[in-house]
Amino acid sequence: MASGIVTASYIIAAVLFILSLGGLSHPETARRGNAYGMSGMLIAIAATVFGSEVSNYAPLMLVMLVGGTLGVIAARRVQMTEMPELVAILHSFVGLAAVLIGYATYIDSTGHLHGAERAIHEVEIYLGILIGAVTFTGSVVAFGKLRGKIDGKPVMLPARHWLNLALLVASVWLGVEFVGSATTGWGIFLLVIMTLIAFAFGVHMVMAIGGADMPVVVSMLNSYSGWAAAATGFMLSNDLLIVTGALVGSSGAILSYIMCRAMNRHFLSVIAGGFGTSSGSGAGVAYDGEVESISADETAELLREANHVVIVPGYGMAVAQAQNTVYEITKMLREQGKEVRFAIHPVAGRMPGHMNVLLAEARVPYDIVLEMDEINEDFPTTDVVIVIGANDIVNPSAQTEPESPIAGMPVLEVWKATTAIVLKRSMASGYAGVDNPLFFRENTRMLFGDAKQSLDAVLGSLH
Amino acid sequence: MKIAVPREIHAGERRVATTPDVIKHLIKAGFEVHVESGAGAGANFSDAAYAAAGATVVDDTRILWEAGDVILKVRAPEQHPELACDEASLLKPGQTLISFVWPAQNADLMARLAATGANVLAMDSVPRISRAQKMDALSSMANIAGYRAIIEAANQFGRFFTGQITAAGKVPPAKVLIIGAGVAGLAAVGAAKSMGAIVRAFDTRPEVKEQVESMDADFLMLEFEEEGAGSGGYAKTMSEEFIAAEMALFAEQAREVDIIVTTALIPGKPAPKLITAAMVESMADGSVIVDLAAEQGGNCELTSPGEITVAHGVTIIGYTDLPSRLATQSSQLYGNNLRHLLNELTPENDGAVVVNMEDEAIRGATVIHAGEITWPPPAPKLSVAPPQASAPPPVMPAERKRHPWTSVALLVVGAVLLWALGRIAPPAFMSHFTVFVLACFIGYQVIWNVTPALHTPLMSVTNAISGIIVIGAILQISAGSLGVVVLASLATLIAMINVTGGFLVTQRMLRMFRK
Repeated sequence: MASGIVTASYIIAAVLFILSLGGLSHPETARRGNAYGMSGMLIAIAATVFGSEVSNYAPLMLVMLVGGTLGVIAARRVQMTEMPELVAILHSFVGLAAVLIGYATYIDSTGHLHGAERAIHEVEIYLGILIGAVTFTGSVVAFGKLRGKIDGKPVMLPARHWLNLALLVASVWLGVEFVGSATTGWGIFLLVIMTLIAFAFGVHMVMAIGGADMPVVVSMLNSYSGWAAAATGFMLSNDLLIVTGALVGSSGAILSYIMCRAMNRHFLSVIAGGFGTSSGSGAGVAYDGEVESISADETAELLREANHVVIVPGYGMAVAQAQNTVYEITKMLREQGKEVRFAIHPVAGRMPGHMNVLLAEARVPYDIVLEMDEINEDFPTTDVVIVIGANDIVNPSAQTEPESPIAGMPVLEVWKATTAIVLKRSMASGYAGVDNPLFFRENTRMLFGDAKQSLDAVLGSLH
Repeated sequence: MKIAVPREIHAGERRVATTPDVIKHLIKAGFEVHVESGAGAGANFSDAAYAAAGATVVDDTRILWEAGDVILKVRAPEQHPELACDEASLLKPGQTLISFVWPAQNADLMARLAATGANVLAMDSVPRISRAQKMDALSSMANIAGYRAIIEAANQFGRFFTGQITAAGKVPPAKVLIIGAGVAGLAAVGAAKSMGAIVRAFDTRPEVKEQVESMDADFLMLEFEEEGAGSGGYAKTMSEEFIAAEMALFAEQAREVDIIVTTALIPGKPAPKLITAAMVESMADGSVIVDLAAEQGGNCELTSPGEITVAHGVTIIGYTDLPSRLATQSSQLYGNNLRHLLNELTPENDGAVVVNMEDEAIRGATVIHAGEITWPPPAPKLSVAPPQASAPPPVMPAERKRHPWTSVALLVVGAVLLWALGRIAPPAFMSHFTVFVLACFIGYQVIWNVTPALHTPLMSVTNAISGIIVIGAILQISAGSLGVVVLASLATLIAMINVTGGFLVTQRMLRMFRK
């Protein structure tokens, strides 16, 4: 295939990717968006494979087939509740691929270039591997945290900021050495050292971020994987990689920023890690008052009498896989002429939009699923709010206690409803480790137990 | 700490201050409970049931009073018919009595109670703040009285409440007017409504209109500019003009309705006379009036407290003990009110009572503290419906306004850096860089307006797209050296997982989004 056609294909692919991202910004066009993305990818890969630079087809076809099949299997098998984990681990693949390509490029191309060109090329390789390596380990740790294999609590090493700075300085110094390195052997050695440092940095960075900030982390890693692709594009002088990488990188960064804004948190402080744990002053506020528990039968009774019901799903719903039962209850109540709506906090769950996906899986129509800003002012006229395994996103102390670690974070004002029923396994605090005065409110009832089992019982007594 | 629950001695009082259910909770909270033999008889709780719940049943009244650290009662202390002494005289310093007291009406009793040196908490003085609702015995009793008022009325009324068309003829529905839509009034509205009557309610406080309408009853409006809400969620005395307009409304309604339930009370004052003899006369024969204010003199001129009388063919029910007529239910609710108060009084949950005068709810209820009269309490800080507390200002930090020069400076710095880069970098790099910067901006523009609901699919699709890195790997796979081929193959493999996995899972997710 002539290189002109390859370039043309790349342009088409890039346009398709842009359309894809644009399409994904609205539910009506989202599926078309995904189709654009797929065709863009197909065109890009086909153009590359049949381009003039590729001749070694046997191993290529083999690995593409194997990799592609693995991807299909993963996509088929994954539970919707495990979505965040899947996305995190996929990010790590991009990171790792960037590292491998960086090494391959270095081994392959040294000696061809000279002077400024060579220096710039080497900087590109260096950056590509660096970003790829950070993305890789960061994503793996994020995956572990989401899976629960690694403790969700932020891990704070003493003087972690200094440690980060030291790692950064070391990377820069190694980079300077690397660009000046005379032999490939010495260069590889420096690269390996840097890769190890970057691995350590990725682990350290994500370890220090608390579980409540996981949505931001996942989206940030998404951004990194884009930058890694862009850096790879630079080192290979491939415009399609650059465009696509930059698209993904900037969109991921924007997404993280939007989310940080939703939590009223500073982007940098999230990335620097461990919010709220440094001060810890507000966590000591003790709430007196009585926690009133409620049974499933009484919950059903309340629901039967209510006209306006709002359901606030949280991570607990995902853990208990209760979304289908939730929708059964919703359907039943709606058939009785009651208004049932869902209130989604921007950071509910462990991934942006996590709750929407779960509810969509349970076939909840998306027009009764509302955002925080759309529904917050309706709580005073709501009869019953059911909070399913959410904690920090319905914590009134975000508004009332300036000392609280979550102060200023916009929250769903469920306490303004006539009755709020909170489904929870125990009185433990949420991911932010903050006590929730909501549970002690006069109009709050606690329904303790596994969300799925509790809701099944509620559904049973609604029948 | 021991709790003593004596038998109520007031004639006709069937309630009791605790029930077996409540006792279980009290014992769990670290109390020991003594109950006088026969205390629950009127409310259908046997001595055996109390004993089974863990209480000690005591036969001798004096021993019981002697033993208790906290005495729980329903009615205020009065002359004991069998012991021939005042119940107040059985109190001693250090003991705490919790019951209804009505300190405003019973100055005499207050003096006698104060003389004993004990603490007295009046259930009728628990402030009407939201935190104290669970101890608000007035509300729980009023609720029962309202319900029972309708039952009593139905008992005296000669017809159905609900309208029916039967083979034997048409039955018109009963029309019920409820005056005063407080707790009792609303309970009466609910009970009458559920029996099928046409219900209207009147109240001087316009803000209860919504509550009445929420129960599907009509709210009678008086076209008049006057606020009827006093402090603490109670009504206050209205102006003469208002009362005249109100009376005209009642006179008109009296001719029309079959049943009138009056619940109008103004704290600390005799009940306002709302239904005159003439109005009673204008009502149809067989109509019923239930006067829930009978104890305070009655809202109807012809009410005789404690009795049922018939005047002008209208049955007037003046019972003053409606809650006691539903003794099992009211004992249960009153017992719960007491239990909640006791929980507030024992902050450590160890059964040790602490009368914390700093606590607004406890301060309000405590009418005598260690022999000293502490009634009336300072005015409550919060009424039941707080006058629209100013909403806390949204805590979103104001969008930081960048100084115009800052952005200019940033632009300049950026441009300088770019020029510097352009000086040393080869043209090929600069063209890639152009593409890079433009793509960044496109990404920014495209993403900015994404619906939050789609964040997850968006992320998984961008993730799939970032699998484009596979192209880099494909390009290298045909390079000469084996090492490069191996690295590139590996990279292709994992990047392909990303590509297919990412797109397919996005598709799976999006298929689920539906309207």
